[in-house]
Amino acid sequence: MAVSSVADHESPASAPDGDRPTVLDVRGLWKVFGQRADRVVGTPLATLGRAELKRTTGCVAAVRDVSFSVCRGEVFVVMGLSGSGKSTLVRCLNRLVEPTAGEVLLDGEDVLGYAGKRLRELRRHRFGMVFQHFGLLPHRRVLDNVAFGLEIRGVKKADRLARAQEVLELVGLAGFEGSYPDQLSGGMQQRVGLARALAVDPEVLFFDEPFSALDPLIRREMQNEVIRLHHEVGKTMIFITHDLGEALKLGDRILIMRDGELVQTGTPDEVVGAPADDYVRDFVSDVPRSDVLTLRWIMRDAAPGDPLDGPELSPDTVIRDAARTVLSAGRPVKVVRDGDLLGVVTPAEVLEVIAGAGGQS
Amino acid sequence: MVALSAPVTRRFPSRTYVTGAVVVAWIALWVVLNGRDTLPLGGAQLTPLHNRLGEAADAIDANRDSNPLFLYFVNYIRLFLDAAVTFVQALISQPSFGRPVPLVGWLGVTGVATAIAHLYGNRKVAVLTAAGFASFGLLGLWEESMDTLALTLTAVALSLAAGIPLGIWAGLSDRFNRIVTPVLDFMQTMPTFVYLAPLTLFFLIGPASATVATMIYAVPPAIRLTAHGIRQTPPATLEAADSLGATGGQSLRKVRLPLAKRTIVVGINQTIMAALSMATIAALIDAPGLGKTVLKALQTLDVGTAFNAGLAIVIMAIVLDRVTSAAGRRVETVHRAGRSDRSRLRRVETAVTAAVAVMLVYLSYTYVWAAEFPGGADLGSYVRRGADAASTWAQDTLVTYTNGLKNVVTYALLNPFEALLGRSPWWLVAVVAVALALLLAGVRAAITAAVGCALLVALGLWHDSMVTLATTLVATLLVMVLGVILGVWMGRSERADRVLRPVLDAGQTMPAFVYLVPILGLFGATRFTAIIAAVVFAAPVSVKLVAEGIRGVPHTAVEAATAGGASTWQLMSKVQLPMARAGITLAASQGLIYVLSMVVVGGLVGAGALGYDVVAGFSQHQLRGKGLAAGLAIVVLGIMLDRIMRAAAARAGSPPASR
Repeated sequence: MAVSSVADHESPASAPDGDRPTVLDVRGLWKVFGQRADRVVGTPLATLGRAELKRTTGCVAAVRDVSFSVCRGEVFVVMGLSGSGKSTLVRCLNRLVEPTAGEVLLDGEDVLGYAGKRLRELRRHRFGMVFQHFGLLPHRRVLDNVAFGLEIRGVKKADRLARAQEVLELVGLAGFEGSYPDQLSGGMQQRVGLARALAVDPEVLFFDEPFSALDPLIRREMQNEVIRLHHEVGKTMIFITHDLGEALKLGDRILIMRDGELVQTGTPDEVVGAPADDYVRDFVSDVPRSDVLTLRWIMRDAAPGDPLDGPELSPDTVIRDAARTVLSAGRPVKVVRDGDLLGVVTPAEVLEVIAGAGGQS
Repeated sequence: MVALSAPVTRRFPSRTYVTGAVVVAWIALWVVLNGRDTLPLGGAQLTPLHNRLGEAADAIDANRDSNPLFLYFVNYIRLFLDAAVTFVQALISQPSFGRPVPLVGWLGVTGVATAIAHLYGNRKVAVLTAAGFASFGLLGLWEESMDTLALTLTAVALSLAAGIPLGIWAGLSDRFNRIVTPVLDFMQTMPTFVYLAPLTLFFLIGPASATVATMIYAVPPAIRLTAHGIRQTPPATLEAADSLGATGGQSLRKVRLPLAKRTIVVGINQTIMAALSMATIAALIDAPGLGKTVLKALQTLDVGTAFNAGLAIVIMAIVLDRVTSAAGRRVETVHRAGRSDRSRLRRVETAVTAAVAVMLVYLSYTYVWAAEFPGGADLGSYVRRGADAASTWAQDTLVTYTNGLKNVVTYALLNPFEALLGRSPWWLVAVVAVALALLLAGVRAAITAAVGCALLVALGLWHDSMVTLATTLVATLLVMVLGVILGVWMGRSERADRVLRPVLDAGQTMPAFVYLVPILGLFGATRFTAIIAAVVFAAPVSVKLVAEGIRGVPHTAVEAATAGGASTWQLMSKVQLPMARAGITLAASQGLIYVLSMVVVGGLVGAGALGYDVVAGFSQHQLRGKGLAAGLAIVVLGIMLDRIMRAAAARAGSPPASR
């Protein structure tokens, strides 16, 4: 099959791009809950399975030896089912949960060593977070909620309200400054939460399943909002979700977790096109492959007899977008990057992906 | 499923049978051993322990000014408390600073109170406050009312000054919360009248002891509700504040406290109500005010005067409750409404209200007509005469019914219980108590029962304790009958809830002394009067708990049974009552504690035994030691019964399979 044969092709983008600097580098991160959790990491106990560890020590390893790095301006999605440790993982990064072992390097400096004032300064200036259940203050107006982070930081009232107003307009809530959170719909409340995180102008934004509590329609609207904001402000975002569709839609790269362990890291098309194991394969089996995979995944080397005067397309073109061109060309379409011919695509390959959608292997 | 429930169904009847067998054996042995080893003690008889307690009390009296603990600690607290109460009295109730009248007269006090009600509550409670304060004067009880208010306010201020910081601490620290919870439990389950006598040993008779007693009773709700409010802050909100880098202090000030404000105001309301109730009861140790008027009238069976003063207490309770409740409701709305253009209006309103209040205070400071309530309209004497007439009429007309009720309860319940408990040998009762505790509540409860019985014997008051226990059990039984009937009704019908709830609230907030008056008028001074007073005191709590239990039954279970075609009766007996069992047991144990705390009051109106011993200990010096011992015996009974009931409730509450 064309697709599976590409799995051992050269790996396109599983490492951060060379031209974008790494912001956050996580190395060997562990979080074990339970008494004497520190006795687990680095011992033979660490190799035990989840149930066995629970039985022998009473501890639960929520995050097990996870390493990854995030580039500046990237949307990095952590995906997993509930209980997979993804929420714990993101809380380890800004230390709402204290990691048991490992390193979290922000611009090369380990933030796990921070304590007291330094940790607060870190949270006040460099990190922002959006929560699943919003965490708004019901006794404050929307404007005061958005200004809360700046207030904590000690910004003067007039300045912080002006900044809050600015951010409210950015998230499309102008006109609701004087409302109270319980007067707003769920989607609007989450916009307030988003504005609150943006108001402090952080370097890195964490999203902990921010849209899980919202209706599907509102959820889609909010996802588009995040994409728009990402274009406008270009923040580095770490986004937690259990929804594969959301992960594929938003993520520049996706990290898949299961039982606290990292299963696979890769771009959306890598995750769908080359699942690391059966778990991921099962997970992505319902995804319409033609919507995610690019020509890179289906092109074949030009055979000697192929006519090479067809149209040219980039290897990063999504198959669905390329389908019309390929099917109407009447000859193989050339896949070209920087003038080099990487391969060709014919209707046969495209049809195989579209016909095999969902029911592959 | 079958395998799991089989052993339980086998064990259940067996335990019931054993319990029944124990009771039957007890009755059989009682017939044989009737009257033997009952350890009776005459009214003026004392045991060596009582003498020693009396001597110890005398020794404390003698060394009050030489013992360092008293000299450097207790006496200072006493002087401080006395000074605090006297200061407030000088402000509003007693002639002071060489003036024939207090600093602020009736007009000023009424003005300030109304202004506070207006600013923190709303216009409606302001009118209520003005009318309430005016009525104190019209009833001819201005000075007494202000004395009660002075004591209450002092105790409330001190309780809040201690309670709110402690509550915040308990809200933030799990460890402190674990330490403080059992202490608060103890403070609240200890029968209120019992600690009055020991307190007078330390703080002498008078305002200081009264203040301490009131604080013991009033501080727990302030601590509990503050801690509860602090604790219930949504974790998501706290986490959000953390993620923004808030310090602990910022989280407390900007997140926890604002969100807890409403709960804390509810705590203040409960503290005030508890303080008022205790401030009147503290009349037993010579606290000034309305309670003293009621107490004197009760002792001379002067129903009219007692009713008049009782009415003033009820009015004060209603005013204080409504104002603080309105303030609680306002906490949120004020914040929301108090913006921009409306806030200017609000400032003007505040300034005008305050100015009027200050002017009234000045008038009442300067002019006699505004200082002393004019005596012309003496509503009080009408009320007294009316109450007397009504009482006489009720006694004459209702005598058949009231006597019938009294006789049924006395002969059918009280006498048999008293005979069984009081005329069995003490060791037989002890063995039965331990056996029942073991069967119903487990080993630890059985040990508690054994220790409790031993202590009662050691205190030399076994027989009196058994008589009191009989009264208590009968009262509790009546409370539970009322509790289940009304509670089920309330739990099942919204309308019943709407009708009954305010009545129950009134019963709970009304100070205990007040309803003694009409009951005394109806039934005269007998054991039965004491029982009825206890039932009135305890029933509201039990009714509410049962209703809550019934309402707590999952809606789906009721729906499923209804869908299966269950009749109303089947629904109640097979679904709602069994599933509310934990709530009902809790209602019984709370009811019992409340009944027990009325034992001393019962001693005032004709019940003998421990209640009488305590009351006699107040008034007769040579019986002081016995009074102290009787107080201890009540505490022992209370702790013993509370522990057993709680253990039984915990057992009833846990699902059968997990046992």
